[in-house]
Amino acid sequence: MASVAPTVEFDLDQISLRELNQFLHHDLGSGDHVEITHPNGRHSIAVGIDADVDVQIRGHAGYYVAAMNKRAHVTVHGNVGWGVAENIMSGVVRVKGNASASAASSGRGGLVIIEGDAASRCGISMKGCDIVVGGNVGHVSGFMGQLGRLVVCGDAGAGLGDSLYEAVIYVRGQIASLGADAREEPLSKSDISALVELLDQAGFAHEPSEFKRIASSRTLYHWNAAHLGSYG
Amino acid sequence: MSEESYSYNRHVIDYIQQAAERGVYDIRGMGAKRRLPTFDELVFLTASLSRYPLEGYRERCVTKTILGTRKAKRPVELATPITIAGMSFGALSARVKEAIGRAATAVGTSTTTGDGGMTPEERQSSKTLVYQCLPSRYGFNPDDLRKADAIEIVAGQGAKPGGGGMLLGQKINARVAAMRTLPEGIDQRSACRHPDWTGPDDLTIKIEELRELTDWEVPIYVKIGASRVLHDVKLAVASGADVVVLDGMQGGTAATQQVFIEHAGIPTLPAVRQAVQALEELGVYGQVQLVVSGGIRTGADVAKALALGADAVSIGQAVLIALGCNSRHYVRSAGGDHAWESVDVTDEYRHLGTEPGFCHHCHTGRCPVGVTTQDEELEQRLNVEWGARRLQNYLNVMTMELSTLARACGKSNVHHLEREDLVALTVEAAAMAQVPLAGTDWIPGKKSY
Repeated sequence: MASVAPTVEFDLDQISLRELNQFLHHDLGSGDHVEITHPNGRHSIAVGIDADVDVQIRGHAGYYVAAMNKRAHVTVHGNVGWGVAENIMSGVVRVKGNASASAASSGRGGLVIIEGDAASRCGISMKGCDIVVGGNVGHVSGFMGQLGRLVVCGDAGAGLGDSLYEAVIYVRGQIASLGADAREEPLSKSDISALVELLDQAGFAHEPSEFKRIASSRTLYHWNAAHLGSYG
Repeated sequence: MSEESYSYNRHVIDYIQQAAERGVYDIRGMGAKRRLPTFDELVFLTASLSRYPLEGYRERCVTKTILGTRKAKRPVELATPITIAGMSFGALSARVKEAIGRAATAVGTSTTTGDGGMTPEERQSSKTLVYQCLPSRYGFNPDDLRKADAIEIVAGQGAKPGGGGMLLGQKINARVAAMRTLPEGIDQRSACRHPDWTGPDDLTIKIEELRELTDWEVPIYVKIGASRVLHDVKLAVASGADVVVLDGMQGGTAATQQVFIEHAGIPTLPAVRQAVQALEELGVYGQVQLVVSGGIRTGADVAKALALGADAVSIGQAVLIALGCNSRHYVRSAGGDHAWESVDVTDEYRHLGTEPGFCHHCHTGRCPVGVTTQDEELEQRLNVEWGARRLQNYLNVMTMELSTLARACGKSNVHHLEREDLVALTVEAAAMAQVPLAGTDWIPGKKSY
């Protein structure tokens, strides 16, 4: 019979955030399960994990939950503040509720799933991570996205994909407006494959062909005063 | 001969005609070139009868400097208060970063990463390395974060407070592009705002996040460009910074708009005084350290910054100059130990439209002496050993000049230099630095003395 990895429980009403994070940095065993209760909106919960572990956060979390995550699978059973999975490197971070601004900002790898809505600047400065949002995203989402994929199953706010580099955005619903240098492009077979894969991982049963592809038109890759109107 | 217009002189006419011709504004490297108030306008009241000097070369004068004592478990301990400012791999080659690291390590000071992240050469060669967290987050990752001896959150830069940067495509080779996760050869914009925080309330939480990530081990610096210094320093302190790094208008850049470099922010001289006032008003002077940069060129500049209340300085452009920037020659090994021969590159400066001594063409990536380039051939012109030795010499000279002045003021520790040791040569400098005009007891703005 296979051994079952132990579950380690932390009650943030009983121990300090610093004790929790130091345990997560130094004392985890591979395959451990970690349960965190009473997060009560505290910031910086489970930041900087670098281990193959499963972390369940039972309640709402504040800013930067699971920031710079590597390898771990972190699930938040609630809503989260700014910068969930900020600069994520790998692993999976799932939010069962809504996320505030700058979700997965500058993320370099891994997958971030927001089952509800994500507020403004979702995926800002993303550098290779994947993000799937079950609901809507706020304004200027994907701003300066360099690499990676942002999938929005609902609607997108104004200025979507402003100043995009090589990141790609897929939107199923309405787009309030596109940002500078962003344009809609036809879905290719590889886009459909990507959407099938990402929607499957996120657990959303949408038809990939319903999504629009938004990418950079690459006209602002070299600075030029003739583009003055686009910069404004 | 007809008279030249003051308002529309030949430089202004050239600017207008170039703008009309090319339809682009100037982007360039280095810092402000216009005449600005500098530390040259202050002098020391060294000892005579009313003060007792220390013997210049014999009596001990401490230069040891500790930064980050407020909250970090491991503050940064340096042998000199002269540190190396953040400069990016991308703007500079890996060879230059290595030379800087070697020199800084040899003299016992810190060096700093920049936009583009931390290179292995830099980490390996630098005993004490400050890791910058910049708005672009190019190359930023938790592994390098944990290798850092301190973290510097860059909210602004003296050359362009409120503005971002632009590394032009000609400097984006394959390695630079890979570190920044962007295509090779495109113009790379460095954002002016961080992606995951906006104001000081958010910064408080950001600082806490970085402390949690690093187990509260290393100090967190916050770097600001000098503009509304009094308020910004207070907000940085309120946000939890261990160290405030204040970069004045003379601070350099790899590339930004000329209009920013020459017309935004305030000079370092008044900025230092306002920063110290902010720390004093908050009652944290001595608890939160102040590092000043922007136009620090000599040991005298360092001494004056310390006398005005700074704990340390950092230098950037001067580092590049020590490595050969704006020199007519570069050197190459002549075979034997420490034998070098000079190669004249004046023609290459002319090809860029400039001359040695006037160059600010860092943004082109065609640096004739191999300092601010990513070109494979050009970067070989900076010999790491030669560069490290030169920079080590320069840092040692400045430290000796600093301690010489401190001894002459009767101080056995350079950090004991104080505002009372200074007077100003101009009314403007007296007003900005809030020290008396030389030969008087008059400080502009003060009612009684």
